[in-house]
Amino acid sequence: MYKVTINGLETAVEKGSTVFEAAEKAGIYIPTLCHHPDLSTFGGCRVCMVDADGKIVTACRAPVKDGMVVKTDTDEVRRVRLSNVELILASHHKDCQSCSRNNSCRLQEVSAFVGINQDRMRQIRRSVEPVKPDESNPFFHRDFTRCILCGICIRTCEEINGVAAIDFAFRGFHTKVAVLGDKPIKESKCESCGECVVRCPTGALYLAEPVVAEREVESTCAYCGVGCGIKLGVRGDRVVKVEGNRDNEVNRGDLCVKGRFGFDFINHPDRLKKPLLKKDGIFVESSWDEALDFIVDKMSDIKARHGADALGGISSARCTSEENYLFQKIFRAMGTNNVDHCARL
Amino acid sequence: MTNSIDDIADEARVFFITGSNTTETHPVIGYRIRRAIKKGARLIVADPRRIKIAEHADVFLQLKPGTNAALLQGMAKVILDEKLYDEDFIKDRTEGFEEYAEKIGSIELNEMAEITGVPAEKIAEAARIYAGNSPAAILYTMGITQHTSGTDNVLALAGLATLTGNMGKRGGGVNPLRGQNNVQGACDVGALPNVFPGYQPVSSPEANKKFSEAYGAEIPDKPGMPMTKMFKAALEDKIKGVYVMGENPVVSEPDICKITEALEKLDLVIVQDLFFTETADYADVVLPAASFAEKDGTFVNTERRVQRIRKAINAPGEARSDLDIFCELGQKLGLKGFEYSGAADVMKEIGELNPKWKGITYERLEEGGLCWPCPEEDHPGTPILYGEKFLTGSGKAQFKPVDYRPPAEVPDEEYPFILTTGRSLYHYHTGTMTRRSRGLSDLYDMEKAMISLEDAKRLGLNENDRIRLTSRRGEVEADVKPVSELKEGTVFMTFHFAESCANQLTNSELDPVASIPELKVCAVNLEKV
Repeated sequence: MYKVTINGLETAVEKGSTVFEAAEKAGIYIPTLCHHPDLSTFGGCRVCMVDADGKIVTACRAPVKDGMVVKTDTDEVRRVRLSNVELILASHHKDCQSCSRNNSCRLQEVSAFVGINQDRMRQIRRSVEPVKPDESNPFFHRDFTRCILCGICIRTCEEINGVAAIDFAFRGFHTKVAVLGDKPIKESKCESCGECVVRCPTGALYLAEPVVAEREVESTCAYCGVGCGIKLGVRGDRVVKVEGNRDNEVNRGDLCVKGRFGFDFINHPDRLKKPLLKKDGIFVESSWDEALDFIVDKMSDIKARHGADALGGISSARCTSEENYLFQKIFRAMGTNNVDHCARL
Repeated sequence: MTNSIDDIADEARVFFITGSNTTETHPVIGYRIRRAIKKGARLIVADPRRIKIAEHADVFLQLKPGTNAALLQGMAKVILDEKLYDEDFIKDRTEGFEEYAEKIGSIELNEMAEITGVPAEKIAEAARIYAGNSPAAILYTMGITQHTSGTDNVLALAGLATLTGNMGKRGGGVNPLRGQNNVQGACDVGALPNVFPGYQPVSSPEANKKFSEAYGAEIPDKPGMPMTKMFKAALEDKIKGVYVMGENPVVSEPDICKITEALEKLDLVIVQDLFFTETADYADVVLPAASFAEKDGTFVNTERRVQRIRKAINAPGEARSDLDIFCELGQKLGLKGFEYSGAADVMKEIGELNPKWKGITYERLEEGGLCWPCPEEDHPGTPILYGEKFLTGSGKAQFKPVDYRPPAEVPDEEYPFILTTGRSLYHYHTGTMTRRSRGLSDLYDMEKAMISLEDAKRLGLNENDRIRLTSRRGEVEADVKPVSELKEGTVFMTFHFAESCANQLTNSELDPVASIPELKVCAVNLEKV
């Protein structure tokens, strides 16, 4: 273990830790825009600058040394951080009210921390040319005027799901995050998993239909057999959002496109709402009593006339274990083992 | 899976992925594998298609559809010839090695190369990587099982893992990735014709007595019919009524014409679903069911982890959970023991009858999922199987050499192409859920029958040309997409789109042991419309 003194507080950290991690351990906030705990270190935003043994360094990249003295709030540190944040804000979209990340934006948080002088900002702000957002993807859109080039989306795509659909393109002021050939993202190899949207620190990547949930319910994804832990965001009697559950050991928050975005079916208008009975070749709505009595009569009749083995039960790999259990129990209790499900398909 | 996602993702030094399009069908496991490969794990991929994960492979074996057993036996041959096997493991934990070694020793690698279309040196390279880096994890899905030789293919995979001592340890194992959210759970609780909950055979006198007493009924000791045989039995008048819950056989079963013919013939068809499916058309009664967001229960994932789902909203209209429906139906049918207070109460009964689940309760599941076997309330669950013994009489793994058998239907002059089927990242099974997502449909809205670039050139077909595909069983139209990931003579389709459903064409021939249909190989012809 190394001993490090940060702002006068002594703390012991593992050898190989960064100054950023040491400060985090000591409970000291260091602003950052490009750092993300799930991802490799980039060190591009230059906002986490601190004084380490008299030198100004990026806290996210600088390894601690034994006996190191770190100061996170010197005049020089404040000055360097402020000018770096000002440079980002100078070409950033001005209107926070219209942004989906208003009040949950890392740039707002960091700006508040470094203390932005609005008069000065007015002088240095470049006029931001309106750039049409990329709305090609049905689930999320990309607003380049809110992008701070932190590279979190690029590293997410490379390191979390391994698709690597996006990268920095062009140079200088023209630098942007783009897919191959700078086409709309829908025409790229992007798999629409939304992991980049989850990690974007600003409103550059935002949901096409953002709805704020009123409560969350922990559940398990209903698609493939991986069994990712999810949180269903609910508003009224509608599921409006699905998020990965970072506490679930199966997926630790990761999701795919179906799991994160494919939940429309739940509240779809096509959902069956009443039992239907076919009468003279036409389906008509019926009461539950009528439908269940019909089933009981028919099943009992087939059993009486042809034996229980003339009945077959096709259960479902989409339904719960408990429901499958009861389904097989009904058939077995009626005297047949003709019960199976879609395991082979 | 014999192992857990965590231990193979974190500790396997080699992944051998075969018959699994992992990044599309199990995307989040795909993420983990791609991360492991970046950290230095090796990758072998064997698949008739150059699937996305093959980009990262050290060796990619593009075998002809249906030749899996030949490829796997070829790998075993190299491991034996070059003495790359785990002698201690074979001595201590297995039986039947001599016979296996003799049988495998007698095959010719060049012959396997010829059958599979994979060069012998590539088979050897794959074998060396797999056997030379321990632990090595095998991952497979239905590219292995949906064949008339499905059981043999799995035995051949198990043979490789046993030969190299990759059983019962972290980072190894034979790992079928289960396709649907609760296919594992449905099997575990006895929604199978031959076993009761916990895989207790219906033919076992003790098990049969236990369940007959518990259910207050006389349960036959003869296994029932698998789903794949029920429709054939309906055509022979042996089955008169079927109850279809949350399944859409008119799209998902092979040889659909036969399925619809059977459904029309039946005296009673009950469909219970979220939506009015293609199968519902043939029903006498359709019951509206609740979705996973509208009920409590458990799903069991591919690593045997029992996890909770929780009611978040009310079901629409008068739709009810399947559990609720069965409680009432059971009572109305005059059956005993259908008075449950809810899903937790049902779980309690499952635990009483299935020793592998005895330790799983809703209280414990509040803390997170549990992998069965979990025989006691203080048992931590079993993420890795066969650490000490195998489920055989002797507790030892048994080598079972297999013979390569060609698929039931091979291409000929009339039907010169092999059709193989699979799934897309953007859709799920017969599309009843995913096709109702505007976004998912926007990203992938119709069937694209994929053919090789060579075949496209030879036949003068361009992307989005309409083609008609025919087999001995039916015909279907779809847009065509020439792709580089297929070899000449192979066609790939999904079964997500009822209007261009590959299952009009597929073959319903079954594996003799597992009764799984040969959905991965049938002979077709194609022509421009």
